Amino acid sequence: MEEVKLQDKEKEVIKTPSSKKSGCEGCPAYREGNLTRLGINVSRYDFVVGLAGNPNVGKSTVFNALTGLNQHTGNWPGKTVTRAEGGFNFDEQNFKLVDLPGAYSLVSRSADEEIARNFILFGKPDVTIIVVDATRLERNLNLVLQILEITDQVVVCLNLVDEAERMGIQINERSLTRDLGVPVIPTSARYKKGLDNLLGAVSDVANERYLTKPRIKSYQNKKLSEAVQKVGTQIVSNFPELENTEWLAERVLDEDEDIIEALKSGELLNHVQTEEDYSIFDAKKLRKDGLNITFRYEQQIYETEKLAKSLRKDLIPNFHDELVENHFIEAGKIASHCVTYPDKKKGLYLDQFIDRIVTSRIWGFPLMFLMLAVVLWITIIGANYPSQGLAWLLLDQGHPFLKGLMSQIGMTWWLNGVLIDGMYLATAWVISVMLPPMAIFFPLFTLLEDFGYLPRVAFNLDRLFKAAGSHGKQALTMSMGFGCNAAGIISTRIIDSPRERLIAIVTNNFALCNGRWPTQILIAALFIGGLAPAYLAGLLSSAAVILVAVLGIFLTFVVSWALSKTILKGEASAFSLELPPYRPPRIWQTLYKSLLDRTIFVLWRAIIFALPAGALIWLVANINFGGSSIAEHMITFMNPFGILIGLNGVILLAYIVAIPANEIVIPTILMLTVMVTGVTGMGEGAGVMFEMDGKDALMHLLQAGGWTLLTAVNLMTFSLIHNPCSTTIYTIYKETRSAKWTSVAALLPLIMGFIVTLAIAQVWGLFV
Amino acid sequence: MHTLRDLKHGKVAKVIKLDDSCQGFERFRLLDLGVVPGTEISHALDNPMHEPLAYFIRGAVIALRKEQTGKILIELKEE
Repeated sequence: MEEVKLQDKEKEVIKTPSSKKSGCEGCPAYREGNLTRLGINVSRYDFVVGLAGNPNVGKSTVFNALTGLNQHTGNWPGKTVTRAEGGFNFDEQNFKLVDLPGAYSLVSRSADEEIARNFILFGKPDVTIIVVDATRLERNLNLVLQILEITDQVVVCLNLVDEAERMGIQINERSLTRDLGVPVIPTSARYKKGLDNLLGAVSDVANERYLTKPRIKSYQNKKLSEAVQKVGTQIVSNFPELENTEWLAERVLDEDEDIIEALKSGELLNHVQTEEDYSIFDAKKLRKDGLNITFRYEQQIYETEKLAKSLRKDLIPNFHDELVENHFIEAGKIASHCVTYPDKKKGLYLDQFIDRIVTSRIWGFPLMFLMLAVVLWITIIGANYPSQGLAWLLLDQGHPFLKGLMSQIGMTWWLNGVLIDGMYLATAWVISVMLPPMAIFFPLFTLLEDFGYLPRVAFNLDRLFKAAGSHGKQALTMSMGFGCNAAGIISTRIIDSPRERLIAIVTNNFALCNGRWPTQILIAALFIGGLAPAYLAGLLSSAAVILVAVLGIFLTFVVSWALSKTILKGEASAFSLELPPYRPPRIWQTLYKSLLDRTIFVLWRAIIFALPAGALIWLVANINFGGSSIAEHMITFMNPFGILIGLNGVILLAYIVAIPANEIVIPTILMLTVMVTGVTGMGEGAGVMFEMDGKDALMHLLQAGGWTLLTAVNLMTFSLIHNPCSTTIYTIYKETRSAKWTSVAALLPLIMGFIVTLAIAQVWGLFV
Repeated sequence: MHTLRDLKHGKVAKVIKLDDSCQGFERFRLLDLGVVPGTEISHALDNPMHEPLAYFIRGAVIALRKEQTGKILIELKEE
């Protein structure tokens, strides 16, 4: 659908104050709740609204509350790494809302902050909502003051007022409104408080019912003021229609390459608001993609640059410092008469108390492992029964029923095989194996995330990442990888340095992802748990799985270190990590939302991949040539190599078939084993995946297939150390735009997996 | 001259300036976090691995590695 910006005459703008009633309704603060959330359906809109703010102040929460969309939220800085768009209707006008990545500043030249800046500067939104953290107002005001230099079409959303109250911090929003010249609306977006007032203010500013006061920038430094004037005048003479010339002049003086390039290409002159239009401003990215941009105004700007260069000589060195310093002096002044801090910082005290324990020298690490162990243990124990229930329903009952139905309507045997024995069974398997552990693991993880624990993990582990030559925020991307590696890869955008980001991308695969947990859990329960007496079996198999996960973390460090010593050499980049205040977790909302936006999402992806894979498995097991099936030919061919590394041909073939999704490795192995061993009475024919009735039957089958304890140990090892699934590989390519790094990320773990399993098999052979 | 590395637990420091060796993105980021001349910084958290340490900077808790704290010149303030 084409996006249409309504013409001014089409707008039914009521230019009367929206409050002409009595009592509460007459109060300018009163708002009726006439909001309609539009989700992503914003093809026609009256106004564009940008949503900016420091990292981790609740922008995504505000975005979700207004649009009804489900942007993932979590209590750690840098979570929103791309722009998200949605819409809402208020007072019969359509607003398009753009959620921007968190930014500390508009002048730092980091990639995600540039996205925010470019949108505000070039996208020219009708209104910009700046979300600020009421508990950290002074620091947040730096960004507010910077944005106010570009536009005064601003509404400040003073978020997290409930948190501020808990900490005893009082903010006088009226005097803040006076100081800033734009409406300041207190909200608590997590609890949907104050949003009606926020919308009212946005609507008032958009419709010019509320006239904001532009801030007039005054420079303390006289020379700087003159230099800005001179450069500004020259920019105006070249581009008379350009706005914000003073701000642009200051940027040119500060040698801001992106602004200089935008001036040269003349792109600043256009009014753009769609994604496509907007991306052309990303000159750096365009050049990386091999596209040409023409610098039509190269000559004019060359003169301006020359002028700026000569003026810069007279200015103090590092005058950039002074610019920022002035903002903070201003912010300090504003905060000092709008904010009252408590004598005793009561809420802050609790936060500090928790922080001192979870980051303490003695308890920091044990607590981290304990949390991981508890989460895994609950997942392993809790997933057992629902998994059995689903297997009974979908496999024991559903499969025979569908088979019966198919033969009744007289479907050809091969179509029946592909559809029911292949596609249906693969999908049913994936659902019954994956859904229960995900439905437990993701909410638990989300609770920790929502509470604010993850940044503390990053804080504790940073020293190790530093020793490995990589970035402390890699701990956050690694944690995401425990859920899904593709999601982990995308989250590496929070790392600014390209070198450190590549390290994080290549090593993310060592975080054991959700698709691999079931394999680990099943094999550990069968072979490792079986080594101990029954009452210890659960504990021992949990310990084995944790050991594999910890091995993955260890490999993350080792491989990061090796990469930063060899092909990704370089200095560690500047590191700073904000530790956000803890937020009381909202249990029911977390359960509900993580089920919706994570569990269902990952499950859906698994199903999409399981359907064709199921068909493929059935086909390779049933198409014969030379007397045996394709699968049998391949297994015979790969078996010698498989045995050498302590696995077998069946497992290797299963890993080839399961490249699209790790989840279907186990079902594929079982199906192929039945076919090869010819064990009867267990399946329903070649290429049919099935659930085994009990662990004994499963053990019997696998032993008939030649499995030993070594096979189990090496399967668990190989499941950790092998190539990422095809979705993750594709994501790596999308993120790096490099065939070389995609190959490294795909092949390095595979080769390592072969080496490690070979070593285990050979050492094992010496002792057993 | 002291740097933020010398800040002892429970003490407060006042930023004098950023060292000249601190340039580019590193400098910009520290400035944006509010590490500008005159800002008061106090020690917030230890670390199980002794690094990075976390500091109170303009109302926020910020973790910094030694590379960065060594470039923040401070004067120690008496409580």
